Amino acid sequence: MGLLSKKDSKLITDPLADNNPITIQVLGICSALAITAQLKASIVMAISVMAVLAIGNVVISLMRNIIPQKIRIIVQLVVVAALVIIVDQILKAYSYQLSKTLSVFVGLIITNCIIMGRFEAFALGNSPWRSFLDGIGNAAGYGLILVIVGFFRELLGSGTLFGFKVLGDPIEKTGLYALGYENNGFMLLSPMALIVVGIIIWVQRSRNKELIED
Amino acid sequence: MSKKTDSNIYTVLFAIGMVVVVGTLLAFTARALSPIITENKRLEKQQNILYAMGINNNDESSAVFVSTKEAPELFSKYITKQLVIENGVAKEDNEAFLIDLKKDKAEAEGDPSKRHLPLFVGEKDGKTFYVAPIYGKGLWDAIWGYVSMDKDMVVQGVYFDHKGETPGLGANIKERFFMDDFIGEHLLDDSGDFKGITVAKGNADPKNKDKTDNEVDAIAGATITGNGVTEMIKSDLRLYVPYFQTLKNN
Repeated sequence: MGLLSKKDSKLITDPLADNNPITIQVLGICSALAITAQLKASIVMAISVMAVLAIGNVVISLMRNIIPQKIRIIVQLVVVAALVIIVDQILKAYSYQLSKTLSVFVGLIITNCIIMGRFEAFALGNSPWRSFLDGIGNAAGYGLILVIVGFFRELLGSGTLFGFKVLGDPIEKTGLYALGYENNGFMLLSPMALIVVGIIIWVQRSRNKELIED
Repeated sequence: MSKKTDSNIYTVLFAIGMVVVVGTLLAFTARALSPIITENKRLEKQQNILYAMGINNNDESSAVFVSTKEAPELFSKYITKQLVIENGVAKEDNEAFLIDLKKDKAEAEGDPSKRHLPLFVGEKDGKTFYVAPIYGKGLWDAIWGYVSMDKDMVVQGVYFDHKGETPGLGANIKERFFMDDFIGEHLLDDSGDFKGITVAKGNADPKNKDKTDNEVDAIAGATITGNGVTEMIKSDLRLYVPYFQTLKNN
């Protein structure tokens, strides 16, 4: 790695697995449950969070020496809310269709605890460049879980991936459905996302015993 | 050891400064971009109305509008009349397009005689379409739509949209597989009374072959959004029934 020092590249790779924001830190669960019924929505959310978290981390990091300790949480909230709203307004003006796809995610991004968590835990104490990498890494770790959960929920719940009917047509009874297979409608509901996340946590911890807390 | 950023005066000044800076920034962005956003919304409305009339660039499975460049031209080509129905009396009004349903609904305070009901009359391939906008609420926020009908109140096409329904669940009301189910569906029952269309769970007709049962198949996991669609169709389109009766009598 020429571009990144070893310490810096760990900022990206750690959150993907052993310090994953969802499965290890258990942050950002709320949005992970809400929008993973479709793979496409998961990916859109992952990219949006990555943009907001990377930029937000840099802004907070630049301001870290002038933010008053007592109101730092409020400052963080204002920064992320302002960022998201400005981006949303610009998209509304110049890329209206994209903004319509994203608008439902705006509220979810602002309230995403990963964002506040990384501001508070990392950006307030580190340089802008490292904060930027941390933002990318954590958002990627978050996105990874979102995509995994979205994949299983859409496949088992609707029998589709990205809207394509990969298992055949449930009404015309073709493909798998001809053999008596049925979609599991329960997969579309939020509780199943929690169970899928639970299974991922279980698999991850049984492979790496160090992650198990007493 | 206390830093200078810990003092109360600094904290208060910082808070004030931050509010001023962020407030200015947001106000400036909103003012600077609002003409473009308004124009986008206007074009979108035209695209929606045209979509409900069946004028769109749909591919095999997804809903595609006519392009924003073509929309104004196609709109003036296909929409022959814009009407506002006030207390049962219809009059032509080219500003019908600008009526804000939400505002109008609120100002009428539940009294249908005070409503200004917009109706867009279009001609395509020798057939007359009547497109009515509807507005209601889903699970999280507003939902709305445009329903195009023939003179017997048989649905010719719909377009639904929403502000913030759950992606993958309620948000699916704007997907083809849901909207296409409404095409051909009757709003009146066999005896000619208004019945609306119910988004029904446990529908015995999932392929939607029966067009006179006043039902379409619901989306799994989107019960409340579906009920919202049922509700807005029933409450808003009911108001147009007297107008369609006058059509019949003429």
